[in-house]
Amino acid sequence: MIKRVVDFFGDERHAKTRRRLFYLVLVLIVIADFLVFRAHAEYLWERLPGWSAVYGFGSCVLLIFVSKFLGHRCGLMRREDYYD
Amino acid sequence: MTDFVHPGLMFILGALPIPFLKRSVRKAYVLLIPTLAILAVLTMHPGAYGTAQFIGQQIIVAKVDKLSILFATVFSIMALIGTVYALHLTRAGQHVAAFVYVGSALGVVFAGDYLTLFLFWEGMTFASAYLVFAQRSDPAFRAGFRYLMVHVTGGVALLGGIILRGFATGSLLFGPVEGGLDFATCLILAGFLLNAAVPPLNAWLTDAYPEATVTGAVFMSAFTTKTAVYVLARAFPGTDLLVWLGTVMALYGVIYAVLENDCRRLLAYHIVSQVGYMVAGIGIGTEMAVNGAVSHAFAHILYKALLFMGAGAVIHVTGRRKLTELGGLYKTMPVTVALYMVGAFAISAFPFFSGFVTKSMVVAAAGQDHRALVVLALTMASSGTFLHTGLKLPYYMFFGKDQGLEAREPPRNMLVAMGMAAVLCIAIGVFPQMLYALLPHPVDFEPYTAVHITESLGVLMFTALGFVMFLKALEPENKISIDTDWFYRMGARHFMWLAERPLARYEKAVSDVSETAALPFLHGAARAGLRIDLHGVDALVNGFARTILRGGGLLRRLQSGVVTHYALAMIAGVIAAIAVFAVAWQ
Repeated sequence: MIKRVVDFFGDERHAKTRRRLFYLVLVLIVIADFLVFRAHAEYLWERLPGWSAVYGFGSCVLLIFVSKFLGHRCGLMRREDYYD
Repeated sequence: MTDFVHPGLMFILGALPIPFLKRSVRKAYVLLIPTLAILAVLTMHPGAYGTAQFIGQQIIVAKVDKLSILFATVFSIMALIGTVYALHLTRAGQHVAAFVYVGSALGVVFAGDYLTLFLFWEGMTFASAYLVFAQRSDPAFRAGFRYLMVHVTGGVALLGGIILRGFATGSLLFGPVEGGLDFATCLILAGFLLNAAVPPLNAWLTDAYPEATVTGAVFMSAFTTKTAVYVLARAFPGTDLLVWLGTVMALYGVIYAVLENDCRRLLAYHIVSQVGYMVAGIGIGTEMAVNGAVSHAFAHILYKALLFMGAGAVIHVTGRRKLTELGGLYKTMPVTVALYMVGAFAISAFPFFSGFVTKSMVVAAAGQDHRALVVLALTMASSGTFLHTGLKLPYYMFFGKDQGLEAREPPRNMLVAMGMAAVLCIAIGVFPQMLYALLPHPVDFEPYTAVHITESLGVLMFTALGFVMFLKALEPENKISIDTDWFYRMGARHFMWLAERPLARYEKAVSDVSETAALPFLHGAARAGLRIDLHGVDALVNGFARTILRGGGLLRRLQSGVVTHYALAMIAGVIAAIAVFAVAWQ
């Protein structure tokens, strides 16, 4: 059973199903976020449905590009034999 | 029956016979000790045990309360899991080192005074360094020595702080630090922060852990930083500085993780990131925040060990550690993939996994304490956590481009250990009340609200969307990243250059001058001195002595030894006296 689940995520022939399922999950999450009851919202963003999706995506992109900028442009990344 | 058996001493004393046992007996024995330790922790009662007086100070070897029991519980469970994972080892050395390491960590957790704490603190350093050296490769030896030197320096700072504090307050008892941050307190805090791997004191961790043995790294991922979290929670709750250090730390780890190519070094950067949540929680200092910090430490030990075990299994089987050289292993290692993913979901705080019920407590506590920036930064770090440990690492390690590596599932003991950790990760997530009951303060927090679930899933799944869209940008590169270890690695190189070039030259010049000019002068002066001594001083002294001898000889001649001579002299004397008396009287 474990092997079948893992194969589903690895095999190329399931790629299409995987992608569809993934987008379906994304849509469901956003819809659910609009429907849930928000009892006490401390901050402005907590009152905005879908905020977490935007923030998650934004964070991910920001982290990737800030890190790569620091690595490539600011000289954090070096050749593997740098210390040798 | 005694009330209290110190589980730390069980491990340390229990390590002694390991090298002398036969292999099959040893296997049973190394499983028995952690099991007994778990029982000892579960049956212990709060109180102070092993009190004594030493150099005028009160020593408490074991002070038991809810906080120490919480850490001791997860430490002893982790010791059992780590031992199962390492059961296939043929050499006894790593078992001994791991036991002493675990025992010392438990010693710190129960220490009621700074002297006991320091003793076990140093024990941890040396025992854990062995787990790096045991890899027996040149990079491991170098990393091990760097690890030792950094920790010994931290230990000296801690000891200095302890002594200064002892003089200032007259007490060495370990507890919440009162008053502001004076110099002694700062030294102690620096010693603690170093072990918690708070930037810029973090590089020892990401430098040494990936160089340790496959089984050693599992132990290391669990104990050193979490012991530091424990002492911070004990001594410095509510220290505002820690909120900012922790928040920076949480992001620092995920930023470096993007650049990383070594699978275990990537995980090590996520230790830095996750410990950031704990440090921030302790800094906030409210009951909920401290609860969140220590419960997150509990959950973190288990899922981080699981992740290290997964990556370790891949290294054990393939002998490769770089993401650029791995890929396509899902076909041959499906169980490892599944167990690793449980750890990845737990660290990413997916609902029904352990991180969800602990990490969110820290974030919620920051929200309640009106720290919006901290909430946003920690949420961003959560996104980064899933991005790397949940997506990038498994994608390039197990899926991605098939490198055609020959692989198989790791030995059964490794899978069993991973299974044990995975079960606990899920159990904590599904039944959080079990963990909440162990926390030091009463818990007023419900993780499973509809809005919390949708928000968490929103952050996580849209992070996945970002990953899918920018997969190309995340491609691992065959590079290393410069961290703060650059200062001492390059600093040491400059120091050696200084010692070998200018200092050695100066030393040679000084010895040249002394050989060509100073030494002949000194020789001449010594010869002149000898001459003066022989012909001047000695002659004078000898002449004086000869004169006295001569005077003595003359005196001796007067003493003839003939009685009539003496009688005659006496009579002459008496007559002379009478003559003098007669003249003087008149």
